[in-house]
Amino acid sequence: MSDAFARVPALAAQHLLLAMAALALALVIGVPVAIRAARAPRLAGAVLGFASLVQTIPSLALLALFYPALLWIGHGVPALGFLPALLALTLYALLPIARNIVTGLRGLDPAVLEAADGIGMTRAQKLRLVELPLVLPIAMAGVRTAAVWTIGAATLSTTVGQPSLGDLIFAGLQTQAWTLVIAGCVGAAGLALGVDLLLGVAERAAGERRWKRAGAELLLLVAATAAASTPLWRGGGERRVVVGAKNFSEQYILARLIGDRLTRAGYAVTYRDGLGSAVAFGAVAGGEVDVYVDYAGTIWTAEMHRADTPPHAEQLSAIADWVQKSRGVTLLGALGFENAYAFAMRGDDAQRRGIGTLDDLVRVAPQSRFGADLEFLDRPEWAAIRRAYPLRFASATPYAPTFMYRALESGRADVISAFSSDGRIAADRLTVLADPRHAIPGYDAIVLVAPTHREDARFLDALRPLIGRIPVAAMREANYRVDRDRDKQSPEAAARWLAARIGL
Amino acid sequence: MPALSSGPAVAFEQVGKHYGDAAAIDGVSLTIAAGTFVALVGASGSGKSTLLKTVNRLVVPDRGRVLLDARDVADGPAPALRRRIGYVFQDVGLFPHLSVAENIALPLRLAGTPDAARAMAMLDLVELPRAVATRMPAELSGGQRQRVGVARALVTRPGLLLMDEPFGALDPVTRESLAGAVKRLHDELALTTIMVTHDMAEALLLATRVIVMAAGRVVADEPPAALLAGAGGAAAQALVAVPRAQAARLAALSG
Repeated sequence: MSDAFARVPALAAQHLLLAMAALALALVIGVPVAIRAARAPRLAGAVLGFASLVQTIPSLALLALFYPALLWIGHGVPALGFLPALLALTLYALLPIARNIVTGLRGLDPAVLEAADGIGMTRAQKLRLVELPLVLPIAMAGVRTAAVWTIGAATLSTTVGQPSLGDLIFAGLQTQAWTLVIAGCVGAAGLALGVDLLLGVAERAAGERRWKRAGAELLLLVAATAAASTPLWRGGGERRVVVGAKNFSEQYILARLIGDRLTRAGYAVTYRDGLGSAVAFGAVAGGEVDVYVDYAGTIWTAEMHRADTPPHAEQLSAIADWVQKSRGVTLLGALGFENAYAFAMRGDDAQRRGIGTLDDLVRVAPQSRFGADLEFLDRPEWAAIRRAYPLRFASATPYAPTFMYRALESGRADVISAFSSDGRIAADRLTVLADPRHAIPGYDAIVLVAPTHREDARFLDALRPLIGRIPVAAMREANYRVDRDRDKQSPEAAARWLAARIGL
Repeated sequence: MPALSSGPAVAFEQVGKHYGDAAAIDGVSLTIAAGTFVALVGASGSGKSTLLKTVNRLVVPDRGRVLLDARDVADGPAPALRRRIGYVFQDVGLFPHLSVAENIALPLRLAGTPDAARAMAMLDLVELPRAVATRMPAELSGGQRQRVGVARALVTRPGLLLMDEPFGALDPVTRESLAGAVKRLHDELALTTIMVTHDMAEALLLATRVIVMAAGRVVADEPPAALLAGAGGAAAQALVAVPRAQAARLAALSG
């Protein structure tokens, strides 16, 4: 419990910095645009239409879309981390700010504006002395809405590799560590309430024309944000490296295992957790992530677009060549276990219906419900499997990995796309169906290293002892320590256990 | 009529303004001597307000020009022109976020000559207690608000005062008292005053010259006494007939 909350302050600081930077940028863009738009109905239509359209894009997708967009721009523009999160959140914050200012300016009493003209105000004086002071309360309401939205949506920046309180929420959801989820939610809610409170007090003070008080509140907010950002200015002496992890327990554990080794080798390690599968490889190729663990079959199908299934050794050397030549990424080696897609059924169910292979499954598929992980149904592996085995399920439903096992256990699904290194396969007494037609490629866990460390002996030497060292049983056990419902361990603890288990 | 005026003479030369196909003002030419109190009277849509606003360029005419002491109002920037002209209108337009004193003092701030004492003196001039200085406009009655409007219009000592239905939204008692105050200020400050009203009785009682407009044209231009004596033509006499008949009925009731 206290472990989870101990991570809150550092992440909250990053979270606040990101959200306030986005809010500030949205103000810098939104205020002048809204003022112009209020005088030009067509521009107002375009601006508010665009801002509303942005709101209809789910924030998770909006963040994800900035990754390919920035990748496409290239020229050293970072496609992961702070920048895409900042841009997406800024777009998000624009609507309430622009809409309230436009609505406020349009709704001003025409008599007041006529009086302003009548006593000889210039346009600038009218704006400064009359329009802005009168529109301030409604504009502030928009800013407060934007602040709360931005702080909420900033939890999603985890998915593009920007640390935030979302790290706790995503990690907690994956590993069913609910205290982590609660810590993340409480942290984000606390930030939102705090910022809203400060802005509210500032707004009221401004309404009562107590400018010093209003200024003091805003200054406090700026100071808090600045204080939150100070840890980021440090650094210097140590060499900072980033270890990436996709969004499931095994990845969190392996990232900590790698991180611990690098820490011992003298690196200052930070983690980018919860990266999407497609984002992760791009991140290591682009250098935003220094090292992470991927799986041979994933690179094989999703990056190399291969559909054949050669023997493992052949596949690994082909991947090593390809990642080096095409993106400058080093395949340091395989960890020793495989995490393949494995069709799994409840053991008693499989036995009763006499199913041991995917060929057998074809027969009963029309009477079976299929539970897949979130990306499986769209992956090339699924297409390849269906080419080899004409599977037609009664239904196919995507689940978050944890809930997928729950669905199988509770009978809402009859077959799931499990992972062969998952500790729950043994623990839940699941039957893994054989693949006699070899439709599923090898999924050896492989360590991928960013181009900058290609010749970095110190870095590579720190990781080399891991190669070929982790048997699947050890990995399953480590995974189960995090995934099980009782006596759960954190990925950090599981990583320490795994290190001891494999003698490191 | 005061011989010496601080206000300018005003001349309209063939002033026209169209909104689409409809003529709001249709070639009006007038000269108004310095120090005159002119009432522009007419029904709604007669063009009287539009004509008034061509003087301070709240309306820009399509053709013709407006001169103040032989100087075209279109010369120079509009804000500078407007700061030399007092403008009072029906909706007053006090700035709701500023106190009474700040409202009155604002034109001085714009002119770069802030003068709090002058703003307070304006309260005396429009017969408001100095205690209202710190109040916000929303706390005032309609009549008090319009007095503040007049004070704000005159704080920079303009020679010309434009009023667009200044008493239109007030109750009769307040209206009478404020009209008296305006008349007094016109005389004391030796202003040139142009007041738009649809109320012929008000025009007859306040103005030294009554100009009647209909469909964007001037249809009568007479001193009040001449109008009451039957001059000015049918349209003007139709407007004069209303208060005259009311007065006669009141006299009959009391007699």
